[in-house]
Amino acid sequence: MSVEVKIPAVGESITSGIVSVWHKKSGDFVNAGDALFTLETDKVSTEIAAETSGVLDAIVPEGQEVKIGEVVATIDDSKKAREVKPSDKKAPEKSETKTAASPHEKYADAKTASPARTLSPAVRRIVDEEHLEPEKISGTGKSGRLTKADALAAAQNREPVGDAVSVSGKQTASPTEQDRQSADGRFVRKKMSPLRRKIAAQLVMAQHTAAILTTFNECDMSAVQELRTKSQDAFTKKNGVKLGFMSFFIKASVEALRAVPVVNGRIEDEDFIQNNFYDIGVAVGTERGLVVPIVRDADKKSFADLERAIADYATKAREGKLKIEDLTGGTFTISNGGVYGSLLSTPILNPPQSGILGMHKIMPRPVAVDGKVEARPMMYLALSYDHRAIDGREAVTFLIKVKECIEDPKKLPLDF
Amino acid sequence: MDKFDVVIIGSGPGGYVAAIRAGQLGLKTAIVEKDKELGGTCLNVGCIPSKALLTSTDHFMFAKKEAEKHGIVIENAYVDLNKMQQRKDKVVKTMNSGVRSLMKTNKVTTFEGLGTITAPGKVSVKSADGKTQEIETKNVIIATGSAAVELPFAKFDGKTIVSSTEALTFTEPPKKFLVIGAGAVGLELGSVWNRLGSEVTILEFLPRIAIGFDLELSNLLQRSLTAQGITFHLETKVGAVKIDNGRATATATKGNEELKFEADKVLVSVGRKPFSEGLGAEKAGVEFDETRRIKVDEHFKTNIDGIYAIGDVIAGPMLAHKASEEGIACVERIAGKDGHINYDAIAGVIYTNPELAGVGLTEDQAKEKKIDYHVGRFPFRASGRAVANDDLEGIVKFIADGKTDRILGAHILQHAASELIAEAVSVIEFGGSSEDLARTCHSHPTLSEAVKEAAMNVEKRALHIINR
Repeated sequence: MSVEVKIPAVGESITSGIVSVWHKKSGDFVNAGDALFTLETDKVSTEIAAETSGVLDAIVPEGQEVKIGEVVATIDDSKKAREVKPSDKKAPEKSETKTAASPHEKYADAKTASPARTLSPAVRRIVDEEHLEPEKISGTGKSGRLTKADALAAAQNREPVGDAVSVSGKQTASPTEQDRQSADGRFVRKKMSPLRRKIAAQLVMAQHTAAILTTFNECDMSAVQELRTKSQDAFTKKNGVKLGFMSFFIKASVEALRAVPVVNGRIEDEDFIQNNFYDIGVAVGTERGLVVPIVRDADKKSFADLERAIADYATKAREGKLKIEDLTGGTFTISNGGVYGSLLSTPILNPPQSGILGMHKIMPRPVAVDGKVEARPMMYLALSYDHRAIDGREAVTFLIKVKECIEDPKKLPLDF
Repeated sequence: MDKFDVVIIGSGPGGYVAAIRAGQLGLKTAIVEKDKELGGTCLNVGCIPSKALLTSTDHFMFAKKEAEKHGIVIENAYVDLNKMQQRKDKVVKTMNSGVRSLMKTNKVTTFEGLGTITAPGKVSVKSADGKTQEIETKNVIIATGSAAVELPFAKFDGKTIVSSTEALTFTEPPKKFLVIGAGAVGLELGSVWNRLGSEVTILEFLPRIAIGFDLELSNLLQRSLTAQGITFHLETKVGAVKIDNGRATATATKGNEELKFEADKVLVSVGRKPFSEGLGAEKAGVEFDETRRIKVDEHFKTNIDGIYAIGDVIAGPMLAHKASEEGIACVERIAGKDGHINYDAIAGVIYTNPELAGVGLTEDQAKEKKIDYHVGRFPFRASGRAVANDDLEGIVKFIADGKTDRILGAHILQHAASELIAEAVSVIEFGGSSEDLARTCHSHPTLSEAVKEAAMNVEKRALHIINR
């Protein structure tokens, strides 16, 4: 009996994704639990595992967009592993042709858009071997003909694109994502990864939807620095994780959110929803783009718990193991441009949230302390907020609260 | 007289081809030639007559030395030089009238006389009888070619110290024939008279012959020509040539050695210089470079609007086919079209036996440019057709980009190299790779298979040799 492999629901507000890599080929015998393919969504890429053992027949080609619930393959569970003879295996090429022949919008477009070109013998070989679509490669030869160099470049440039698409970086991108290069190599055109495209759309959407405004302040980091220096050894020994700055800012944000609850809410249609929990998103830059894993119930977590959660997420993000649920449902976000050296910036909201705190680089700067100029480790703070929901007074109050908590950490529940 | 669209000064392979193309494009075209016949150096005293003699003497060599191997017995094969020269003249005449009729069919007006630019848009033609005619034109193309370079200590006298022009017309083979300069002209004419019985010595200032060609093949050619009886003295600097009673004595230095060469005829073939004087170009304000070549932009336009120059009179290799391509591109530009030349795909040939042909980068140039390259070679002795032809000498050599496999250079030494090189030129013109050529089916048995095999050897997969 054939069991259908469907795209599972992977998270709220996710309706589609892209089958970026098949880890098993058509004709392969798969065991239940084996990773079948990587599903790339706008939030994260997830490996989808087989639910039954049997022989796989992949239907959807790599690179195709699929909807939640769509059938992407079947598994014939009537066959056992030992019954799979080499002759049963279909060559990957064969499955490619089969899938390509199925009505597939993109493919049909490409075919009708440009008539088949006569290729030189070497280009023909590379196109065959590398499964390239010659129509999508820019030719640098006479009258735009493809040279072997063009074909080699197309085959090679595909790999970096593939790495960008998948955090695991094991696969090559779909043949539909050919790079284009100008004849003199002055520019290279690459298809953006699904994640990048989604990030782009999200950012523009945020700019268009909310009335984003940013308020600035600065804080003196001396107290936190001093506290960290003093407690670091004991903290590390006790908790197995270092005491960083981020936990202070999460705690300070929680305090500020408590003081100015409207920042912890969001607008939905004509309603304002006030969140009474504190799920704080911490923006982490990865190779594939920015991800914002959520530290749940930050108000209930100790400093040690917070540091551990952040460290966990950083590792997962690096290894591409973040799950959809790690990234959804935050109420407020903290972004630290300081790690890259930013002195001042205006963060963009992470919809549907109403506020985002921007941390920056700590710089010794002269400040007046008790009427005297002193060099202090200073950090600019920025709060971008949705002015539709939050008044200027509230935003400024919030940021001052954060500043006060950082400058005087005794205002925070220092549980270490 | 109506104003012309284009007036071309010089009817060599640059000028007359430009005229044909201009006629095709509907431009009102005139060509001005100072000599009686059209065709320039190439047709009258260069490429064409030298090939006539080279072919004739090659046949003689076959009759004398090779025919017997084929079971063809030719007793007492000898040369009637007079007849050989008459045939050569007939070849030239045939081509002359060919060009003339091409001018006619393409509605090109021909002016006989020395053309000078008197002002932008004005050309005066002074004919042999002293009459002067003014013609007006929108555009002028200077296609006056080049002339043989003279050595200050061995000035041409047309009898004993000669240029290639006279060396094509000897009525008897000089007993001792001294050639100064081992380039194409020296090697070809040295070969002609060597085959006809002259004792030929070639002096070259450089440590190698056939500069510009791949050194490996140049060396093979030198070996071959030496075996044919030509004596070479490389790194030899001629100091003086003295004439006494119609006989020449040349003194030269080779390292610390003082050498003396006696000769009945001395051919000075040390290069050619642009024929850019006396055209009025300077008066018209046209700029020249330091070697008296006319400066042009990428569309062959000089610094003066309406004045163009092509061929030997501008920079680049002094080759007839280069001049022709430039003529076409130049005229197409004037007609508002997009003419273009790929200078990496212009082959050079020396028509000795074996012929030496090369296009693109030599191995030394690739090294110099620090290009990562691969070499593919194939010897003709492994070609069935070459064996059947009894033309075993020579090799095909490819230089391909190490990363993209694009063919950067192709070099062929073979009896038919001049024809074989065209295939490589085509592939280079299309930006092709050695693999493209290697995967193209070649007829069997042909010499061109060796070209394919050499291309295959780039990736070490030639079939009829051990690949290394």
